[in-house]
Amino acid sequence: MVQFDHVQKRYQSPNGEISALEDVTFSVMEGDFVSIVGPSGCGKSTLLSIAVGLEQPSGGQVYLDGLPAAQAVSRMGYMPQRDELFPWRTIWANVTLGLEIRGQKDEAHLQRVEALLERYGLLAFRSKLPGQLSGGMRQRCALIRTLATDPGLLLLDEPFSALDYQTRLSVSHDIHAMIRQEGKTAILVTHDISESISMSDHVVVLSARPGRVKSIHDLTPLRGLSPMERREHPLFSKYFNAIWKELELSA
Amino acid sequence: MPERLSSERLTYLRRRSREARLVHITQVLLLLGAFALWELAARMDWIDSFLLSSPSRMWETLVGLYQSGDLWLHLGTSCLETAVGFLLGTAAGTVIAILLWLSPRLYRIIDPYLVVLSALPKTALGPVFIVWIGAGPESIIAMTLAISLVVTILEMHNGFLATDPGKLRLIETMGASRRQVLFKLVLPANFATFINALKVNVGLSWVGVIMGEFLVSRAGLGYLIVYGSQVFQMDLVMASVLLLAVVAAGMYQLIRLLERSLKKRLEGSQ
Repeated sequence: MVQFDHVQKRYQSPNGEISALEDVTFSVMEGDFVSIVGPSGCGKSTLLSIAVGLEQPSGGQVYLDGLPAAQAVSRMGYMPQRDELFPWRTIWANVTLGLEIRGQKDEAHLQRVEALLERYGLLAFRSKLPGQLSGGMRQRCALIRTLATDPGLLLLDEPFSALDYQTRLSVSHDIHAMIRQEGKTAILVTHDISESISMSDHVVVLSARPGRVKSIHDLTPLRGLSPMERREHPLFSKYFNAIWKELELSA
Repeated sequence: MPERLSSERLTYLRRRSREARLVHITQVLLLLGAFALWELAARMDWIDSFLLSSPSRMWETLVGLYQSGDLWLHLGTSCLETAVGFLLGTAAGTVIAILLWLSPRLYRIIDPYLVVLSALPKTALGPVFIVWIGAGPESIIAMTLAISLVVTILEMHNGFLATDPGKLRLIETMGASRRQVLFKLVLPANFATFINALKVNVGLSWVGVIMGEFLVSRAGLGYLIVYGSQVFQMDLVMASVLLLAVVAAGMYQLIRLLERSLKKRLEGSQ
């Protein structure tokens, strides 16, 4: 379970103090897929940086199964906005980078990665360089790189924003399926309302800066549906309008 | 070839290779033409070959140098000085750039001094080195180092700082140590910067060596050029300059070969 416990973040700069997050509290249950949406500059990415242990909160704490985030770094899996595959490394060397850094390139882990590549149709490309793959394939490799270390929590930082609309739909479908299949707990940060509804079980809406939790939408009625099926579901537009109005008000 | 090429493709390929050949032939003809014209002008006394020399006189000079055994001495001396200065400059510059990357505070402290050193015309240091180090190849290498070191530091450090922040963020979330960030991301990401530094440094090292040899030397291409001009043997001067052009270009080509093999190793090592 992940708990955001009264998280607060202030940035200091020569020109003054900026309050980015104020008293953010919510929790994510095991196996849950939660999206965080909010107007730009509301501190979504800051929240993710704190959760992934890159930044320290000014107050409060993020806990993963009771451990402060900074001490649980090895159990976090971060997926960035762009695929960030290293162009000089082969696909195989890219997806095993996390294992390499943690000194976990043992038989069991490597077999797991190989199985993941196999399952998602990328095994044939293991010795290719990232430049030889399409955007969608690269994004899937990026997810496998994140899954390779078998993280307890996936943190997705607008992972589809760099893709064109068509690719975006199919990749978000793939990635949604992969995360569900692996039974991972995931937090997705996005500014795209439809994306958040099409992928997650709960949507946390943040207010404009300083970011506070404005509301949490429970999408349980859509559980078990694929992103595409959700987009066609009658409830979809209802959720969309509700979230959109909240964002509108806070902007 | 997995399948037969279409006639359109064949036409395209043929046109491409014809174009490449045309460029190549023209390049060779241009060189030969220039030398032929030079030779002709000298023979017909259109120009004063005492001042401007001529290809045949340059050739005779080179053959003379070769027969006396001096050719290898001078060529070897200059090449060795360049290679040593070049390797030292690039290696030391890269290491210092790494240290500056590791310690941003150190960089902030010495930044103004680097700026001054990079603006200073390094040739002004030549006499200083001669007094300090002595009138020998060591001074020439110091000269070469002075010219290439600061540029290398600044170039490499800039490259390190320009490492993609998204990739830095990613590797940090994996729990990478500073050392791992350096070896797994920053250095490989700056492969092109490094090769570029090598290419620039080959040129700069030659500047340093020739400058150094002008000031103090008993052997080397720079020595031949200065000596030739002092005794008014323009054949020797021109032949040495020509030789210099050939070996400098040769060294540059070597770097390109090195670039290709390093690149293959970088991508094939995993």
